[in-house]
Amino acid sequence: MSLTPEITKHIAKLARIELSPDEIEPICHTLNNILGWFEQIAEVCTDNISPMVSTEIDSLHMREDLVTEKNQRESLLAAAPQTSGPFYTVPRVVE
Amino acid sequence: MTLTKLTLSEARAGLLSRQFSVRELVQAYLDSIKSLNPTLNAYITLCPPENILRTADIADTRYKSKENGLLEGLPIGIKDIFCTRGIRSTAASRMLSDFIPSYESTVTERLLKEGALFLGKTNMDEFAMGSSTTHSYFEPTINPWQSKDDLDKKFVAGGSSGGSAVAVSAELAIAAIGSDTGGSIRQPASYCGIVGLKPTYGRCSRFGMIAYASSLDQAGPMTRSVADAALMLEIMAGEDPRDSTCSTRSVPRFSNSYEKSVKGLRVGIPREYRNEGISSEVNALWNKGIEWLKDEGCEIVDISLPHTRYGLPCYYIIAPAEASSNLARYDGIRFGFRQDAPILDELYEKTRAEGFGAEVRRRILIGTYVLSAGYYDAYYLKAQKVRTLIRQDFEDAFKNVDVILTPTAPTAAFELGSHNDDPIQMYLNDIFTVPASLAGVPALSVPAGLDQSGLPLGMQIIGRHFDEETVLSVGSVLEKAASFPYCPPPLCTMYRRVST
Amino acid sequence: MTYIIEGKTGSWEIVVGLEVHAQVISDSKLFSGSPTTFGAEPNTQVSLIDAAFPGMLPVLNRACVAQAIRTGLGLNAQINLQSRFDRKNYFYADLPQGYQISQFEHPIVGKGCITIELADGQTREIGITRLHLEQDAGKLLHDQDPSLSFVDLNRAGIALMEIVSEPDIRSPEEAGAYLRKLRQILRYLGTCDGNMEEGSLRADVNVSVRKAGEAFRTRCEIKNVNSIRFVMQAIEAEALRQVDVWENGQTVEQETRLFDPSRGETRAMRSKEDAHDYRYFPDPDLLPLVLEREWVDALKATLPELPDAKRSRFQAEYGITSYDAGVLVAEQAVADYYETVARERDGKLATAWVTGDLFAALNKTGSTIEDSPVKAEMLGRMLDLITDGTINGKIAKEVFEVMFETGDSPDTIIEHKGLRQVTDTGVIETAITTVLEKHADKVEEYRNGKEKLFGFFVGQVMKETQGKANPALVNDALKARLNNS
Repeated sequence: MSLTPEITKHIAKLARIELSPDEIEPICHTLNNILGWFEQIAEVCTDNISPMVSTEIDSLHMREDLVTEKNQRESLLAAAPQTSGPFYTVPRVVE
Repeated sequence: MTLTKLTLSEARAGLLSRQFSVRELVQAYLDSIKSLNPTLNAYITLCPPENILRTADIADTRYKSKENGLLEGLPIGIKDIFCTRGIRSTAASRMLSDFIPSYESTVTERLLKEGALFLGKTNMDEFAMGSSTTHSYFEPTINPWQSKDDLDKKFVAGGSSGGSAVAVSAELAIAAIGSDTGGSIRQPASYCGIVGLKPTYGRCSRFGMIAYASSLDQAGPMTRSVADAALMLEIMAGEDPRDSTCSTRSVPRFSNSYEKSVKGLRVGIPREYRNEGISSEVNALWNKGIEWLKDEGCEIVDISLPHTRYGLPCYYIIAPAEASSNLARYDGIRFGFRQDAPILDELYEKTRAEGFGAEVRRRILIGTYVLSAGYYDAYYLKAQKVRTLIRQDFEDAFKNVDVILTPTAPTAAFELGSHNDDPIQMYLNDIFTVPASLAGVPALSVPAGLDQSGLPLGMQIIGRHFDEETVLSVGSVLEKAASFPYCPPPLCTMYRRVST
Repeated sequence: MTYIIEGKTGSWEIVVGLEVHAQVISDSKLFSGSPTTFGAEPNTQVSLIDAAFPGMLPVLNRACVAQAIRTGLGLNAQINLQSRFDRKNYFYADLPQGYQISQFEHPIVGKGCITIELADGQTREIGITRLHLEQDAGKLLHDQDPSLSFVDLNRAGIALMEIVSEPDIRSPEEAGAYLRKLRQILRYLGTCDGNMEEGSLRADVNVSVRKAGEAFRTRCEIKNVNSIRFVMQAIEAEALRQVDVWENGQTVEQETRLFDPSRGETRAMRSKEDAHDYRYFPDPDLLPLVLEREWVDALKATLPELPDAKRSRFQAEYGITSYDAGVLVAEQAVADYYETVARERDGKLATAWVTGDLFAALNKTGSTIEDSPVKAEMLGRMLDLITDGTINGKIAKEVFEVMFETGDSPDTIIEHKGLRQVTDTGVIETAITTVLEKHADKVEEYRNGKEKLFGFFVGQVMKETQGKANPALVNDALKARLNNS
């Protein structure tokens, strides 16, 4: 499976990472090398093997339905690069 | 007595018997940091000395009133992947270069509860992605060890917990904590000649530890002795309702049990590890390690971990896949770096292009690709199946042996700048550490000797799930046999001579 | 009753499936301890976990899992003892983590079904494909600033159940009936308040059209429709649009659309996520969810009686019609009220009063059954007073009116106003004598065969007794007197 510059651009778009035009070629090349190196796992026979989802064979533990959080708007918004009044802000989105 | 040469356990004893005060101990470390950190760059952020000394004085009064915790006043370095309340926590990324958490990670909270004194936040590969601590927004960390053949050469610290490894090795912290995803504690420990323990996955809480690959990340101690690692782990480990993947098992008193007799233990030597680009010196040291264990009454068993060679590609599919999702939250909206733009998608793309370094961007792209439609089955799903087989390898082996002995890394530390162009070459450093991470089993690196040029080499002991006790006990035997000269790394002495 | 669109090229039928997002009733969020109260000040119900700060981890809320299981049981669905949480990855300003924790491959609830009833009394079964738990997103406000959208994360992380139907729905009416039935079941179970205005129940509508006997054609998804009426309108508008597209020789594109109620039409959404590639994978922060059979059984044992069962029981137990039973079970509060009134009384009489005078009065004052001034016990007592002859039906209406106004008990009102029914035959005879004497001419006419005057005499006697005379006694006595010439 060879990665084309087009796919590279698509992946970068999915990952929301801007690539300048002159970055695409070298990144595509590096990614192709890495992906090529991955191909070796294809030789492993994994018929009837289930994927490993978690390391310990254990069930998820759950919490009780309790409200443990107080209003912390002030400290949350203080960490944000941009806010307006009680809100986070982003460039206007059209839906 | 040079206070900065003491191990954690020795210093504790000294403080308890009032041979010296916390203030004296801490002052010695502050001096050492002042003289060496500018060269070695072990710390990204140093806590203000006046705060440290104030805390030291409080610790001294607690010793006097016998209210001291297990780590009271002991100066420790914290990998900058742990969120620490009120102390900048960057993960060595521009993305978080100004981020000051309002909260404390579970692991650091437990250290603080026992009175530990944080000196600062140690350098690392950005978001723990790397094996060299060169991929840091805050410049590389330098290994204090030097080649006796060429004193001008600089070596990498290993990574990603390179700052913690260097801090412990160069006397800039009495102990440190790191995080290990595919070898990030063990490999730098090996490169810097210290002890590094990756506990069983689920042993330590991941709450407040900035995520790289959630199914693999595990916090652990980096110390100057196996005894220190045992004590640190005992404090760090245990159930945490804030982390669903953290085990509810009780935590043994490792500080009491790390010296269990190893007589009659069965030690597995995986034949597949012999092949993988291993240097002759590493091979020789491995044989030496085998002899030491035999001398203590261990039985050496030849074993097979047949899927070993697939560990690396498997890891480099799974970890970036998880990372691509874990790092999606760095979008410039609620915290961290933001590069503004008139359109939301552009804001994301610019923020993430400029906020992340090259290796992080590369791994996010790889991870995005292996999860994307049409490739998921061939890469991610396949890798998760291979991961099952790798864990199966260990489970099968542990039916027959109690621990597995391998080198920690195929070579000693490499020269700074030598692997920069080829990511795969860099990934190969993790070849011996990755399988235990994928299987979730505990593994310890103990410094066991020096190569011909005088650089440290570590041996790795891998154990059964949640059997850190046996791992530590075997490590303790190797430690005694090797009687490794923890200090002084040559660069430090040289630098001291020049600066004083 | 088939719903058919007659196009230029022939008849089309419509195929509809619904994905309903139902907000789970719980005190705290699905993976954090933040409160879930509706209408709080912006960003005041947000924790570090909800805002996806570095190092934060999700911990599953047991009550939300219980709610999903109970809902699954209420939908006659299979409960999967093993399920798993996956991450659905996409970037949007209302999604702090950059992924939504959802259940993709292994949902907690599998196949089930809902029986709907249509206006003509026919019933149909609509299949449920699955139900899974997931996190809600935050909210964006677009009208506060010309160049910015504002982000409120109060809703981010609240538990949702996504309930997916099979594409079994064939008309707007069926879609409406399905949603009403689903909402009714959720409310009975107490797992979702079903409030569409507050957004606690939202529907994504998948619509396609086809000619009879064809396989499915391309469908479009209309996102986030927030009332049953709009769902029905959106289906109709979208189906007509698709017929038009096909008949003009074009092809319907699979896309996400929005319904504009003011124009009564759907329009393509300005792509929220490019080329939907959500890169689902198991969330490594959460282990597989394994349910104990005993827990599921215990939850099953505590399920309330659901509307269909209650309706059948009401018919059987209280001897009322299917229609009336349907009206009475529509809301649990009404059903409970009715049962209090009807238990050990005349079920039909109770039905008449509840669906008649009570509903009318509630309607008139715009109140709900919960805050009705006439409590069920009081209405029941009034029925007893009718049955034992203390008051008659006509007086009862008067008593009820006063009860509704004052909240007083029927006994007090009857006592106070002296409304007790007159059963003293002496009093009735006297009244009859007065009436017959006063209308001697009419008595004459009656006796000459104009028998329909009997009603007139009854009315006059009642008037003479201020309406309090027992009508049966009046009838008997009058007949005796008039026929006894």
